[in-house]
Amino acid sequence: MKARVQVMLKTGVLDPQGEAIRHALGALGFDGVEGVRQGKVIELDLAGDDAAAAEAQVTEMCEKLLANTVIESYKIDLS
Amino acid sequence: MKAAVIVFPGSNCDRDMAVALRAAGADVEMVWHKDAGLPRGVDLVAVPGGFSFGDYLRCGAIAAQSPVCRAVIDHVHKGGYALGVCNGFQVLTETGLLPGALMRNAGIRFVCKTVPLTVATADSDFTRGYAKGAELQIPVAHHDGNYFVDAAQLEQLRAEDRIAFTYGDNPNGSTGGIAGVLSENRRVLGMMPHPERAVDAGHGGTDGRGLFEGLVGALVAA
Repeated sequence: MKARVQVMLKTGVLDPQGEAIRHALGALGFDGVEGVRQGKVIELDLAGDDAAAAEAQVTEMCEKLLANTVIESYKIDLS
Repeated sequence: MKAAVIVFPGSNCDRDMAVALRAAGADVEMVWHKDAGLPRGVDLVAVPGGFSFGDYLRCGAIAAQSPVCRAVIDHVHKGGYALGVCNGFQVLTETGLLPGALMRNAGIRFVCKTVPLTVATADSDFTRGYAKGAELQIPVAHHDGNYFVDAAQLEQLRAEDRIAFTYGDNPNGSTGGIAGVLSENRRVLGMMPHPERAVDAGHGGTDGRGLFEGLVGALVAA
């Protein structure tokens, strides 16, 4: 089973890297980009095929390590 | 008074920290991150600056999960003192011993310069060597020093007088211009600026001495 964890800065937390990307896109002539948020994707290969157990386990991983929930939110997709 | 300086792979201010603590009169032992425990009778744990574990995932995130950090958490829960500078501050926020988080500098760039700091409270063993409101010149050198707390937490830190230092000219976008913050029991301090880089005339300034001398003095007397 694979888990794909998407970690993003929470809404309202300034993302200076996203802002730098937005400026660079503007400099390249891409008009109309009103906002850019940069995050990260972490892919996990998990043993077993119990989706509920995997979801619980990956949620705990996110809370303990993969995301800093002070500033980041996470989303888990299992496949 | 006994201090332990934690060394992670990628720490690079550990020896400067040891020199500063020894100059203030502390008996200092270096502790490798794989050590499960701290030396007996340690009063203060110093988590130094650098790039622990290459700043992988987030600055300080991997270091915060190392065996020695579990020992640091126990030490603090038993009322022990801890000082985290720069990457050490990031590690202490990642362990949850200090509130908030340190994000990429608002201006994106790595900032390496001496900055003015204001002593926001003298009511802690870390800042007792200074007068409240005193202005210090202390170097910063970081890419991720943008301290974030939400509005409610900022209000709480202010109400509890837990902001130790503020920037004169906020170099990284920190909430409330916060450069250093204290734990609830005032025995843990995290700060982005490097007081250990301002303790000798050869450093170009000695404004950091007050922190080490005040702290070691308080712990010797305790």
